[in-house]
Amino acid sequence: MSAPSILHLHEVTVSFDGFRALNELSLDIEVGELRCIIGPNGAGKTTMMDVITGKTRADRGKVMFDQNIDVRRMAEAEIAHLGIGRKFQKPTVFENLTVFDNLELSMKMDKRARTSLFAWLDDDARDKIADTLRLIRLDGEAKRQAGLLSHGQKQWLEIGMLLMQDPKLLLLDEPVAGMTDDETARTGELFKSLAGKHSLVVVEHDMGFIEQLGGTVTVLHEGSVLAEGDLATVQNDPRVIEVYLGR
Amino acid sequence: MTRTPFIVRFLGATPKSGWIALAFAAALTMVLLPALHLLVPAGSSFHVSAYVITLVGKIMCYAIVAVAMDLIWGYTGILSLGHGVFFALGGYAFGMYLMRQIGRDGSYQSDLPDFMVFLDWKQLPWYWTGSDSILWSILLVLVVPALVALVFGFFAFRSRIKGVYFSIITQAMTFAAMLFFFRNETGFGGNNGFTDFKRILGHSITSPGMRVSLFALTALMLLATLVLGRYLVTSKLGRVLAAIRDAESRVMFIGYNPLYYKLFIWTLSALLCGIAGALYVPQVGIINPGEMSPANSIEIAIWVAVGGRATLVGPVLGAFIVNLAKSFFTVAFPEYWLFFLGALFVGVTLWLPDGVVGLWRKLREQRKPGSAA
Repeated sequence: MSAPSILHLHEVTVSFDGFRALNELSLDIEVGELRCIIGPNGAGKTTMMDVITGKTRADRGKVMFDQNIDVRRMAEAEIAHLGIGRKFQKPTVFENLTVFDNLELSMKMDKRARTSLFAWLDDDARDKIADTLRLIRLDGEAKRQAGLLSHGQKQWLEIGMLLMQDPKLLLLDEPVAGMTDDETARTGELFKSLAGKHSLVVVEHDMGFIEQLGGTVTVLHEGSVLAEGDLATVQNDPRVIEVYLGR
Repeated sequence: MTRTPFIVRFLGATPKSGWIALAFAAALTMVLLPALHLLVPAGSSFHVSAYVITLVGKIMCYAIVAVAMDLIWGYTGILSLGHGVFFALGGYAFGMYLMRQIGRDGSYQSDLPDFMVFLDWKQLPWYWTGSDSILWSILLVLVVPALVALVFGFFAFRSRIKGVYFSIITQAMTFAAMLFFFRNETGFGGNNGFTDFKRILGHSITSPGMRVSLFALTALMLLATLVLGRYLVTSKLGRVLAAIRDAESRVMFIGYNPLYYKLFIWTLSALLCGIAGALYVPQVGIINPGEMSPANSIEIAIWVAVGGRATLVGPVLGAFIVNLAKSFFTVAFPEYWLFFLGALFVGVTLWLPDGVVGLWRKLREQRKPGSAA
């Protein structure tokens, strides 16, 4: 290994009623890397994110974060505090709260109930929220209810919520689904600017977007890695072509 | 930069218009109505009768329960259909004290409550220890419902029981509690419960002064509950609760453990119900296991739905609307009350999803553009 790894999966297996969603999946993400993951439906992309974030437990294998933290037995909230942020496939924001409140709640801080009962926003926190609002281009919508945003804006808000957590690793499940071409291009620029400071794992179907991001592409198939490399190499791999086109 | 003191933030959560409304309500319930009851002679048309004082006092107890229900259902999205248990437990806890205050004035002129003499018990069961003391009884009122809620909630929320499943087990809980309290061996008077109370702190419970004191205390408690509720729902904790209602998994993945948030608001809600129950029993003069019947708990949800969920003031209105209608109907057409209640619930669900407060807001919004044009 050249650079230290932020995330290391070793022979992770998850079965649901006999169906192996992940089959001895091994994967390494380096610190600061921007990794894209593709694969046909049912390849195990979302299950992989579920395992990393504690939503699903691995039957076997190792999930190591930041080299020596084993996340397999930890609860979702604990894993989030380690610095793993996750964006869902379907944009999930707090619809009845304002855009500002959505970001405020996501901010990295003591998140115990007894602290929240007396919590008070200081100026630094307000500045940080304002910065993120500008970054995700929602500075004009701070007081708006999140449920009233457009689909693309909700995607951006959710990305903003992840950034407020100041995560080391971002897991992004289809972040540009439903975005216009313009929004997609801007999202790509944002992700590229985040790489280096953060490590990113992007699951996508949009090949144009993956091409824009550059970086290494991993192809998942039937719960394990089928191929890995830059996009051109992977796209010309006969096994990948077979999986995508069928026999 | 100096931080705003907590008390300022706490009281400031209720807006100025809210404080004006609270002041009016306080003047009405703590000055005007008591004065009209105590000072105006019974013959005068301005006299407020004991019946009205007791009825309004009773409904204010229900209103506290409705606000407590709104915190857990309206704001957190957890529908409890077992809140009657916490109300009844608070009532029973204070009822024990009222039973002991009867002294030797019961039918059997015994030191023991009548029902124990009837069961041929020779001494008080161990859990009646301390029931002579009002302070101990108040402690029980505050601790028992909250503790039951804490234990129940811990297991239910830890197992991630949600939605309709949670509602069903709360129904089962209240039903089981009712059956348990129906038993004579339980030591709480069986199906008759507690009644024939004589006095509190040595003063007659039926005296106008006592009646008005309990009434004013209930009003104070209701207003305090509203102020507390407003602070809670505008605090960061309240916003996390709303977030749990909207997208619980997102809340977990940004690093909150919903368990303790839910447990806090659930237990607080039960505590408020317990206090309401303790205020209810001396005013109404009876507590029996019927208060734990599943239908009672469902009715609480109806008050909140009629008034408007997640509005705090709506549930108070809902409690008054439904219970005033109830006291009219059960006298005028007793056999049709349940049909009316059912129709009300169906009607509100279909046409007024945000209740009376929602309707009022909608009307005000419609008038705004009209008046501007």
